[in-house]
Amino acid sequence: MAIFNLQVNGKEYKTDVAADTPLLWVLRDHLGLVGTKFGCGIAQCGACTVLLDGNAVKACVLPVSAIKTSKVTTIEGLSANGDHPLQQAWDEVDVPQCGYCQAGQIMTAAALLKRKPKPTMQEIDEAMHPNICRCGAYHRIREAVKSASNKI
Amino acid sequence: MTTLNKTNRRDFLKITSMTGSGLLLGFSWFSADAETPVVMTKTNFAGDLGFNSYLSIGTDGTITIFSPNPELGQNIMTSFPMIVAEELDADWTKVKVVQAALDTVKFDRQLTGGSGAIPHSWKRLRVAGATARHLLIAAAAKRWNVDTTECSTSNGFVIHAKTGNKFGYGELAEEASKMTAPADVPLKNRKDFKIIGTAVRNIENKKIITGKGMFGLDFYREGMVIAMIQRPPAFGTKVKSVDATAAKAMPGIVDVVTFKNNVAVVGKSTWEVMKARKAVKIEYEKDGNIESTADHDQLFVSLLNSDKATVRRKDGDVETAFKNAAKIITSEYQCPFIPHNPMEPMNFFADVREGGIELVGPSQTPGSARTAVSKLLNIPENKITLELTRLGGGFGRRLKYDYVLEAAELSSIIKKPVKLIWSREDDMMGGSYRPAVRYRFEAALDAQGNLIGYKLRGVGINVNNSTREDNFPSGAVDNLLIDTLEHVSPITTGAWRAPVTNFLAFAEQGFIDEVAQAAGKDPVQFRLELLQKARTKPAGAIKYNIDRMETVIKQVAEKSGWGTKKDVSQGFSVYFSHASYVGQVCDVEMKAGKPVVKKIYAVADCGEVINKSGAQQQVMGGIVDGYGHAMFGKLTFKDGAPGQNNFGQYRLIRMKEIPEIEAHFVDNGIDPTGLGEPALPPTGGAVANAIFKATGTRLKNQPFIDEPPFKAKPAKGF
Repeated sequence: MAIFNLQVNGKEYKTDVAADTPLLWVLRDHLGLVGTKFGCGIAQCGACTVLLDGNAVKACVLPVSAIKTSKVTTIEGLSANGDHPLQQAWDEVDVPQCGYCQAGQIMTAAALLKRKPKPTMQEIDEAMHPNICRCGAYHRIREAVKSASNKI
Repeated sequence: MTTLNKTNRRDFLKITSMTGSGLLLGFSWFSADAETPVVMTKTNFAGDLGFNSYLSIGTDGTITIFSPNPELGQNIMTSFPMIVAEELDADWTKVKVVQAALDTVKFDRQLTGGSGAIPHSWKRLRVAGATARHLLIAAAAKRWNVDTTECSTSNGFVIHAKTGNKFGYGELAEEASKMTAPADVPLKNRKDFKIIGTAVRNIENKKIITGKGMFGLDFYREGMVIAMIQRPPAFGTKVKSVDATAAKAMPGIVDVVTFKNNVAVVGKSTWEVMKARKAVKIEYEKDGNIESTADHDQLFVSLLNSDKATVRRKDGDVETAFKNAAKIITSEYQCPFIPHNPMEPMNFFADVREGGIELVGPSQTPGSARTAVSKLLNIPENKITLELTRLGGGFGRRLKYDYVLEAAELSSIIKKPVKLIWSREDDMMGGSYRPAVRYRFEAALDAQGNLIGYKLRGVGINVNNSTREDNFPSGAVDNLLIDTLEHVSPITTGAWRAPVTNFLAFAEQGFIDEVAQAAGKDPVQFRLELLQKARTKPAGAIKYNIDRMETVIKQVAEKSGWGTKKDVSQGFSVYFSHASYVGQVCDVEMKAGKPVVKKIYAVADCGEVINKSGAQQQVMGGIVDGYGHAMFGKLTFKDGAPGQNNFGQYRLIRMKEIPEIEAHFVDNGIDPTGLGEPALPPTGGAVANAIFKATGTRLKNQPFIDEPPFKAKPAKGF
């Protein structure tokens, strides 16, 4: 066990966990931030996607010891009032079915729009490839990303 | 009944704290004989359990209704209140929905499965809304001292047109609560619907997109422990010995306990439990048949040739028909096992204490789960509460309650509140699967190309009847025989979204195309001719609606430009399931010598569409599900062990692989029929028939990706 100082959603956290603990479980079990989801545990479904210094990473395979001074953003910290253009678009396009994968989808899209504010449909498809939606809401996810990109 | 159990008490507290004072209407969504809502006071509410749901209108105008059915993405928490709000003429922005806890006294169908919730509750929900509206009008008329016929309602107000006076529902709620509900209220004409049939956003969107804890896996209780279970790695094996010495000594580990064939690792946090589970040394031994996919392939051949089949339907004289046939077509279709893979892995919270049990989590069948826990631990059901969380998908997996039993049994052993978590591997390897099935079809055509004989034999693993013997074309063929055989295997199987039909429809619709081709007829025309035959000279019972099926066939042919396109190859499919009808046409283009699925058109007849947005989601999602699994889904077995255990080897469809989808609905005003499943079954057939048109190769086995048109060299995007 070791103490790790983390910057999550603009706040400082201190957590005492084993160095190999994935960020996912630090967030969920130790910091009470349950918006980031467990889907596969092997970085294949994207449900656990968070931003690390603005880049999309899979929190289920990222050991807490690797984070160091990087800034972590989770779905809870994407916007103060749930009004990030992506969150607004997700509601307007009425994307969620079961909703379980959507936090990960939104975070992957957030990283895309950060590095490419006006992506083409093909670029959206490529960027969103890591994220599985078992309900098959892909058409609306794609539409929502496009819609949000038009407002950024 | 006058005593409140814990669940009722909790519901009562919720509803009273939400409403303050105001109108509280008790009504029955689920009992067959009590459709008249009754006005309740706080006192009689507490004592009366005769009503299974509640609609309340607070003095601030907030409208609250309890939604009993588990929500797994079918959007029931939005569509149920839409129906109530319609008849109530409510302001939708003031409607709140609360997930009800399990209550088998109040609810007689508190489950999610079979695409049945809306058809079942449609009228009851409308009556509840209409009754509340009637009471509010009566309260307003009394205050104005006018006749109720002079009053109307709109968007949360009662209006007196002559004077221009109006009251908000909240202002009338208290007064309305002192009146008696009428026994019979008129319902709206559908042409006056303002909410039903519009696109209303998912009422839980805000929580979902801001990451609020709402799923079972998010549940937390002070003092709870986390547990994961190591189950046997292969079907047909059991635990021989366990050495947990090393695991028990690892940080954060509370205990390692073995019960039945489960080795449960209990600890303070998920990661510590995951690590310790790997350190438990377990030996297994044989405990039944050890089966492999290759065994099943051989078994199917012998079952197809067996003389011990169970006859499911027999019309006319099949033997003579085949003897007299000008042409006989025989074909076989096969599908593999597939797991459900809801995105949220299995989990449940259980706290078994002296005097009672608390259960919390995601379940499609909370009532059956509680009954099973009661039997297992010998604790009466009224001492067990079960609170439902939102379900991160179901697809039939959570119709089973194995994981609820595990959590409860474990809590009773370790005497602690526990949240049991399955990993993805646990679910894919130890769960419940769509059974592997093989079909043999035979058709007899006369010299004019008429279908005079039809045989279908279904053989499956742990599937007692792998057919739907009364489905089309039954009733349209004079001489017909449908029979089945089953192999009982230790590999556990279960209902998978659109059970049986999720694969049967592909096989039937593929075969009908083969027969049409042999008869030299257009596939759409051929189906319409068969329906006409069923209408004019039916053979045996007809259990589907000919007109509804004919309508979706004609409409989807028209929407898709059937027979008019030159640059694409089209495939057709139509299916009846869960009381609804869906026709589909698939457009395929060839690209670099490989077929590419470009677009799927669908026309669905599910009767009245409640929520345009939700209905589109069910159809589009159902098609993506049907297409994705037909294309990629395959779970193989080697010596009883699944060959794929996570998304690294098991392929689910992703965004860049989806075709364009255009979904339409038949507007016929029929009372709603199912929609959570019916769009899925036809998809595989439409795709396979289009690929045949494009390549000349018939796809008869799933997954398609392993078949010749795709196998040699994958096309881009596959």
